[in-house]
This record gives sequence, structure tokens and C-alpha cells, in this order.
Amino acid sequence: MTALAVENVCKNFGGVAALAGVSFDVNEGERRVLLGPNGAGKTTLFHTISGNLMPSAGRVALFGLDITRLRPDLRARHGLARTFQITNLFPRLTVLDSVLLALGGIDGQRLQLFQPPSRQRTRYGEAARLLDRWGLAGTAERIVRTLSYGEQRQLEIALALAGKPRLLLLDEPTAGLSPAETRRVVALVRELPRDMTILMIEHDMDVAFELADRIAVMHQGRLIAEGDEAAIRANQQVTDIYLGAE
Amino acid sequence: MKARVWPFIGAVAVLALLIALPDILRPYYVGLATRMLIFALFAMSLDLLLGYAGLASLGHAAYFGVAAYTIALLVLRAGVDSGIAFPAALVAAAIIGALFAPLALRARGSYFLMITFALAQVVWSVAFGWRSLTNGDDGMPGVTRPYFGWSLDNTTSFYYFALAVIGIAALLLFAIVKSPFGRALRGIRESESRMQALGYNVWRHQYAAFVLSAFFAGIAGALYAYFNRFVGPEYLYVVQSAEALIMVILGGAGTLLGPAIGAALIVFLEDFVSSLTEHWVLVLGVIYVLVTLFAPRGLIGLYVDFRQRRALK
Ligand SMILES: Nc1ncnc2c1ncn2[C@@H]1O[C@H](COP(=O)(O)OP(=O)(O)OP(=O)(O)O)[C@@H](O)[C@H]1O
Ligand SMILES: [Mg+2]
Repeated sequence: MTALAVENVCKNFGGVAALAGVSFDVNEGERRVLLGPNGAGKTTLFHTISGNLMPSAGRVALFGLDITRLRPDLRARHGLARTFQITNLFPRLTVLDSVLLALGGIDGQRLQLFQPPSRQRTRYGEAARLLDRWGLAGTAERIVRTLSYGEQRQLEIALALAGKPRLLLLDEPTAGLSPAETRRVVALVRELPRDMTILMIEHDMDVAFELADRIAVMHQGRLIAEGDEAAIRANQQVTDIYLGAE
Repeated sequence: MKARVWPFIGAVAVLALLIALPDILRPYYVGLATRMLIFALFAMSLDLLLGYAGLASLGHAAYFGVAAYTIALLVLRAGVDSGIAFPAALVAAAIIGALFAPLALRARGSYFLMITFALAQVVWSVAFGWRSLTNGDDGMPGVTRPYFGWSLDNTTSFYYFALAVIGIAALLLFAIVKSPFGRALRGIRESESRMQALGYNVWRHQYAAFVLSAFFAGIAGALYAYFNRFVGPEYLYVVQSAEALIMVILGGAGTLLGPAIGAALIVFLEDFVSSLTEHWVLVLGVIYVLVTLFAPRGLIGLYVDFRQRRALK
């Protein structure tokens, strides 16, 4: 089954075409990495998939459902979760509150003025397990703003995973991390359930080739190549504009 | 353990003091304490919107005043029983909130502030201009206090009535901000886009916060109409809205307790200052500047910093 179908998506900012007709499919359970130089339009593409930006033209479908015009919170209800390239957390809340909010996302359409104590206990338990898994167990009571950059990036992913998404979008999850932190994040992403579809923007080639089943390369708002590691390595255009620049 | 015991002891002590107050103070000061309590609730209602949802309203007097005018109009113009007018006043405040919220929520930040201000000015100009109904700037004297089997006509009995109503309202507000809904509001204050990405209907939460905030402001406004036995357009005026904002900021937005303390201080100061000078609004302005310069997180913020510095030593 197709988890994500992007059809001829365009996005213009004023006169600039950040996306000039992008089409591709991601299959269910696939790990797809999106490569491309700075300004290629990768983050803009993510925004149109998650609903933070409306495409100027084209169509986005999630598990067969047309979501092109759907509100971001309703896309989340259909199993979509994302992280942001520019860390987007709750700076003045505690880590625990952040995770509880993420876990509460499934009730996010309702106003929960009252929560049964039993549900509250389950949520706290889930929150503790999630933090443990992402190496943040000691930080539960800390204010998010006071976490290190690496911890914030990991929290960003932990929040996205809290709702057990079917499709996870990761925008440069390892950017700015130390080699040790990068290895840890890569290992944790590898361990995610295989039925979770992952689309990930990544600048680090080693990470990209290690995690990806297939790779797509963007340049100047277009998709210029798609394929497995060997195909991408062999692609002359990709080597010229992307690998060559490294 | 200790951290949990002290707030509890503090709350019991404050409650005991509040209950004993009429035995300690002269009636004038019991009346002043009643006003402090009423404005404490008013400031807390605004804090739900400003401190938790992160929406700064400069029109909160609208809901306070609409409730007060509802009481006065029902009692004086329609001959409705003063006690029955009370729930009607709260409903009226909530309805005005429910009508204004969709307009205000189209904007954020200072634009939200401007829209809430403009909407409140509309209500004010109706109260001010519709003389045949509201007596315009003369206001409406003669509002009776409700009678629930015992008279609220003396200062002490009204103080206890106000204390009970405000106590219940305050408990409800604390329960709201502690609930998952309250946590979601704080999340929205911190990052709307992140909350949306997590699946939250941001608008619905903000809307509910707006209406609840108007409802609780209405309780304060209704009590104030009873307390003064009078309503006037100044209840709806921008100075009233600005005063509420300053109460919240002075005490510390997003803490409920802080704005209540801020309100008590401002009411006390106003009472004290107005015996010396007519320039109360000027004093209010100076307080605002001082707080934003030296205590941007309010008195509660100062206290937290002080505790942390001591803990570090
Ligand atoms: N909100 C915006 N307004 C105007 N132009 C924008 C906006 N967002 C992105 N752009 C432009 O669109 C183009 C694509 O940007 P985008 O952020 O999608 O690139 P990217 O591939 O994610 O790059 P990077 O690797 O640096 O993150 C760039 O030229 C950028 O300047
Ligand atoms: Mg980007």
C-alpha cells in the first residue's frame, strides 16, 4: 500500500518557486531519505505534507486519503507525525509535561477538563517509558529550554513518536548532533517498528545510506533522482550537484 | 514531602485569616477586602487567557461589565429577582465571550489586543450612549443584593458571600489549569504549530479558554454590581481592562495565585493613593513600567528567583 503519495506539488513564495512540481510515492513500511543541497525545497515539501503550508498546486494523499487541504491536527489524527528542522518544542514547560502533551494528542480534538485518575496513571507510565527509551529519563522535571541542543533534538523525535504514527517525517534529525548522539539517534530510528513508514531529510550521507531503503534527491524545487544506494551513487547529475560539493 | 506540606499550610492559614477578617478589621476595610477578592477573581479570569493560553486581551472589562449591567437591567428594568439575575449575568458574559472570540482569534499578539480592545469599546459605547436604557454615564444606582434566606445587606455578610463564591470560582480555575485542558493551553501558548502537529485542535482550545475566561470575569462583575449596588460605564471602560492586565502582569502571568495577589495590591494601592491624588491612572502607568523593567515575570517570578538563588548558596 502507498503510505504517502505526492503528486505534482508546487509552492511559490512570491515569485520564487520553492517546489516546482514534485511527485513521488512512499510505500508502507518504507524508509525513504530525501537528499538535496540547501534551499532545494525539502523542508517546504515537508510543510505541504504536514499541512503547515498549503501547496500552490498539486495533491498529497496519506494512505489513500486526499489530505491536500486538511488541517494539520487532523492529518495527525490520520497517523502523520513530524519533527521540525528548527527545534519546535515547549520552551517553558517541563520535559514530562511536553511528553504528556504529545501522548494526549489522540484526545486533541476534545477539551479534557477532567481526566480519570486511571488514565492519568497510564499516561505517566507511558511518558516514563518513552523518556527512558530516548535517554531522557533523568530530564523529566527539567524545563525544556534548559536542555542541551542534543537533548532537545531527541525530545523532538520522542514527541513525534508518542502518538504511534503510521508515517513519520523527520527533518534533519541528526543535524548539529555530536557523533555519539548521531549514532544513538540512528540506532533508535533503526529500531522503530518496521510497519512505521519514515520519510527523512538528511544531509549526512553515511546516515542516509545506512537508514534508507530508497533515496530521493531534490534540487531547485524538483526531484532529480530516485532509487537505492547504488543508483544514487551512480547518478552523474547527483554526483555533480550534491556529492561533488561535499 | 516538605515541598507539598508548606503550600497546604499556607493555604489553610490564608483561608483562616480570610474567615477571621471581619472580626479583626473595621467595616471599611472589610469592604476593601471584598473589593480585593472581587478583583482577584477578575485578574485570575484574565490570567486563564493571558498566562495560560498566551492571549493578551485589552477588553476584559467587557465581560465583567456585561455581567454587572445584566444584573442591573434585570433587577431595575425588568423587576427580576436579584438572585435569579446572577446566573443570567454569567450566561450573558459567556455569550458575549462566545460572540467576540471568533473575531479576536483571527489575530495574534498585539492585533489580538487591538481587536479585544475595540470590541470592548463597542460595548462601552452602548452602555454609555443608550441613555434611556442605561442612564448613560450616570449609571444605574439601586441594584439590590440577592436574598438567599438571609440578608446580604451588611458588609460582613456580603463579604462572606463574596468569599464563598470567589473561593469556589478560584478552585474551579485551579482545577481547569491543572487538567489536561490547562496543560494543552500552556502548550498552545508555547507553540501552536507543535500542538497542531501533535493533533490538537488549537482553535477549539483557545475558543474555550476565551469563553471560560469571560464567564469567570462575569462572576466578578456580577459580584461587583451587588457590592456597589450600582453599575456605571466605567465598569466597561478601557481603564478597567488595562488595570486587570497590570494586575496579572504585576503578580505574575500564568500562576493564578500571582494575579490574585497583584489584584489585591492594586486595589489596596488605589484606595490609598486616591486619598492623596487624583492621578491614579498615572500611578498605574508607573507601576506597569517598573514591573516590566524590574520584574517581567511579576512578583511570583521575583519570589521564584529569590528561592533559587538561596538554594544555590
Ligand atoms: N516562508 C518562506 N518565504 C519565502 N521563501 C521561503 C520560505 N520558506 C522557504 N523559502 C525559500 O524556498 C526555498 C526552499 O527552502 P527550504 O527550506 O524548503 O529548503 P531546504 O531544502 O529545506 O534547505 P535546507 O537544507 O537549508 O534546510 C529556499 O530558496 C528558501 O529561501
Ligand atoms: Mg530544510
